[in-house]
Amino acid sequence: MQQRTPIEEQIDLPFVESLRISFQSLKIRFGRSIITTAGITLGIAFLVSVWTNNEIGVALQESGRQSTINTFEETTEQGISTKDIWLIVMSLIVCVVGIANSMLMAVTERFREIGTMKCLGALDGFVVRLFLLESGFQGFSGALIGALIGTLGAVLLGLKDYGLDLFFYFPLLPAQPENGPMQLGVIVVILLGCILGMILAVIGSSFPAWRAAKLPPAEAMRTEV
Amino acid sequence: MNDIVVKTEDVVKEYRMGSNILRALDGINIEIERGEYISLMGPSGSGKSTLFNMIGALDRPTEGQVYIDGQNMSQLSQRQIAAFRCHRVGYIFQSYNLLHVRSAHGNVTLPMIFAGISERERNERAEKLLDMVGLGDRMYHLPDELSGGQRQRVAIARALANDPSIVLADEPTANLDTITGREIIDLIKRLNTEQGVTVISATHDLKMLDVSDRIVDIRDGLVERIRNRDEIEIEVGEVGGEGE
Ligand SMILES: Nc1ncnc2c1ncn2[C@@H]1O[C@H](COP(=O)(O)OP(=O)(O)O)[C@@H](O)[C@H]1O
Ligand SMILES: [Mg+2]
Repeated sequence: MQQRTPIEEQIDLPFVESLRISFQSLKIRFGRSIITTAGITLGIAFLVSVWTNNEIGVALQESGRQSTINTFEETTEQGISTKDIWLIVMSLIVCVVGIANSMLMAVTERFREIGTMKCLGALDGFVVRLFLLESGFQGFSGALIGALIGTLGAVLLGLKDYGLDLFFYFPLLPAQPENGPMQLGVIVVILLGCILGMILAVIGSSFPAWRAAKLPPAEAMRTEV
Repeated sequence: MNDIVVKTEDVVKEYRMGSNILRALDGINIEIERGEYISLMGPSGSGKSTLFNMIGALDRPTEGQVYIDGQNMSQLSQRQIAAFRCHRVGYIFQSYNLLHVRSAHGNVTLPMIFAGISERERNERAEKLLDMVGLGDRMYHLPDELSGGQRQRVAIARALANDPSIVLADEPTANLDTITGREIIDLIKRLNTEQGVTVISATHDLKMLDVSDRIVDIRDGLVERIRNRDEIEIEVGEVGGEGE
């Protein structure tokens, strides 16, 4: 009990230990984790559906088919309408704001937990790593589900517009038509959606977690949500 | 020679709220000896929790110094402060502050994980500590499945995880009924007498009076007076069994 030795330096936790703590936290807060993840899923589903829908539209235009529905808006020379660009940008914004918001909420309600962990000897870096791991996992799984839902939605819409022709010209892989814009293809769109969702979730969570970790524990623990 | 564990030198803490500055501590000088049971008494808002935070390195004073074991706290690195919180101090709060995602057992092992103790050793120790506070049969319950008194017992077991020399308790009985509060006080007192842990407890619970070695009365961020045990006993007689 006699501890007159100088105060030592706190050690770093092994990575496995952080991983275990983060998964346990996700598991027990399953309901809440699902809601946060659903925020990511929705954002990415919206973005990917709009984007894929656009890819499909461009691909079928390239093929010379016309939508059975008259497209009455102006199309640019490249074949992407200003309305489509507008839609993609809007869905991107909705996605960014939605994910950042749900991550921020999820971290804010855990300020007290962050302060408590620091009382028990957690380093700031550990707190950030914990949120990084949790949100990275949530971001990836949420975004993957969202991307699949979004693609499915776009395919259904495409079927309605183009019928079974859709499958003949389905823009699965990247393509570079002679006189058109580079087409990313649906696979790349799904991948980009997953990466974007994960990055947004990680940034949206680690940034507030980092700010909370830097607070003195007394202040972090004061926050009542 | 007295063995001083905690020493504060003109500790001032100001909170800035917009253009207002609130002086929560206005120059606190106290010395606490190893093995003492100290109660910080004072009405709500007098600065007890603020002082608790300064002594426990949970916040930094605006002015003045805090020495623990002769070590000036303002000179420690981030890593040293984390190690200090991990090894030297056990914290007990009014609202328990358990991690609700971890079981009683998981809460007690967490400080040991931070201390780098092996899994086998920390499981053993957590079981021993939870047994000691009377929760041997509730080890894997989540905090939400425990009563207030049981949660505070978990918090006590967690505070002792890394064998600290100081236990800091901020109104540990304020959310508990009289009987449960009494049990918690007795438990903390037992640590003090049996294990020689220095206990510093903020309180306005009069039940705390008769277990304290000294009482530091705090008012408006200042030490109003310090009473010794012998002075207290007379007053305890007067207050009788008065509770919350
Ligand atoms: N983080 C803070 N920001 C602003 N004011 C605070 C903060 N913490 C405490 N105070 C104020 O400082 C004074 C002392 O508070 P506190 O130490 O909590 O008192 P006690 O624990 O004795 O009830 C109170 O007036 C309180 O409102
Ligand atoms: Mg208080």
